[in-house]
Amino acid sequence: MIWEVFKKPTKWPIMRSLILKEIDELIFGSLGIIIFIAFFIGGVVTIQTALNLNSPFLPKSLIGFATRQSVILEFAPTFTSIIMAGKVGSYITSSIGTMRVTEQIDALEVMGVNSLNYLVFPKIIAMLMYPFAVAIAMYVGILGGWVAAVFGGYAPSGEFIKGLQLDFDSFHVTYSFIKTLIFAFVIATVPSYHGFYMKGGALEVGKASTTAFVWTSVVIIILNYTLTQLMLG
Amino acid sequence: MIEVENIHKSFGDTHVLKGISTAFEDGKTNLVIGQSGSGKTVFLKCLLGLFEPEEGQICYDGRFYSELSNSERRDLRQEMGMVFQGSALFDSMTVEGNVMFPLGMFTKQSKAEMQERVDFVLERVNLIDAHKKFPSEISGGMKKRVAIARAIVMNPKYLFCDEPNSGLDPKTAILIDNLIQEITKEYNITTIINTHDMNSVMEIGEKIIFLKDGHKEWEGTNKEIFKTDNEAVTNFVYSSELFKKVRQMYIEERN
Repeated sequence: MIWEVFKKPTKWPIMRSLILKEIDELIFGSLGIIIFIAFFIGGVVTIQTALNLNSPFLPKSLIGFATRQSVILEFAPTFTSIIMAGKVGSYITSSIGTMRVTEQIDALEVMGVNSLNYLVFPKIIAMLMYPFAVAIAMYVGILGGWVAAVFGGYAPSGEFIKGLQLDFDSFHVTYSFIKTLIFAFVIATVPSYHGFYMKGGALEVGKASTTAFVWTSVVIIILNYTLTQLMLG
Repeated sequence: MIEVENIHKSFGDTHVLKGISTAFEDGKTNLVIGQSGSGKTVFLKCLLGLFEPEEGQICYDGRFYSELSNSERRDLRQEMGMVFQGSALFDSMTVEGNVMFPLGMFTKQSKAEMQERVDFVLERVNLIDAHKKFPSEISGGMKKRVAIARAIVMNPKYLFCDEPNSGLDPKTAILIDNLIQEITKEYNITTIINTHDMNSVMEIGEKIIFLKDGHKEWEGTNKEIFKTDNEAVTNFVYSSELFKKVRQMYIEERN
């Protein structure tokens, strides 16, 4: 399938408008839920860390440090990707699957259009913007942690910010973005595959969406482990 | 003209098309009829190039499909128009967007030229005020008209229609039949229609092929179908009491 996606490209003016439309649908359309989840996850990470740091010998700045590490390394890239596998993945599978069921893909093929390139390529390119969404998730997650720490009375603002700056390794952000780009490719292609090659009717579109979410999540989790071992291990 | 020579197509152990040979002439409405499962859709998809037969040849005005390169096949596809059973309009585009789609994909026309052509074909299929509507906002009959407009917008040499009347009331079905026939004559297109609709058979069947269990059981015109003694054809075409009486009256009148 991947080879076909890159063969016989659609005319650039049409492809450009498709890519912009997909960026709007897949990335901007997901920012609301990403920001909402990131903010509260950041807050919960802070509260749980604070509640587990009982010793008076441990500085409160560790709360900020733990929040930063958890959000940048894991929660922003992986947790958000699982959410995106559900939101964006099911949208991709159901929209392509519905086109399959209603013969719209056959119509493209009959016209001589490379339907895989027309439908899947813009999604892959649009998902290259996904690291920007994850960067926002990182920022908002840490902000959520700060709000929870300061307004929940778990750590003073200065201590929390000091922890955020403690032993900062920029490679962790690089690692996170590399992971995110690979997850973006998975989120664009696995649901497209399940939608494009589905058979049956409306009921099967729903089943394909569920299957696509499960497989996308499984692939993300396995890749997350593999990439972490390779890059940080 | 499309000439079909002894085509065979199987899926696994199921032999769907068993050596069909025929020819479809320009400017004629050719109908393919037969019971469900007789191989009509597979036959149409072979003609469209969506399925490749294991044996036999399909020749489009002297061009054998199996001998064409990939780019020649793509060029040939652009000479084909297809009206799908469910219309297969793109949900995310307006009526105008659907009809303009092939022009945008395959021509270098300016926006104004494309608009002019779209207006012309929509007027030709009697759709005047639906340009900005989405497929979900128009009736089944209008969807068929849009599908026909999209199929003819590139001036195809070959027009394929899969059950163009399904789901339509009898009056709209006749209008769609007449429209397809008019367009076929007007642009001298080779039109091939898969249908179950006996009104279509009687009204526009200039050439009819009856498929049974994957082979060609009978071939003739709508005049000849009244007189045929082929039991399989008469059992299929005159399955209702009404059509049996009509046929009887026709034969008595002729005698």
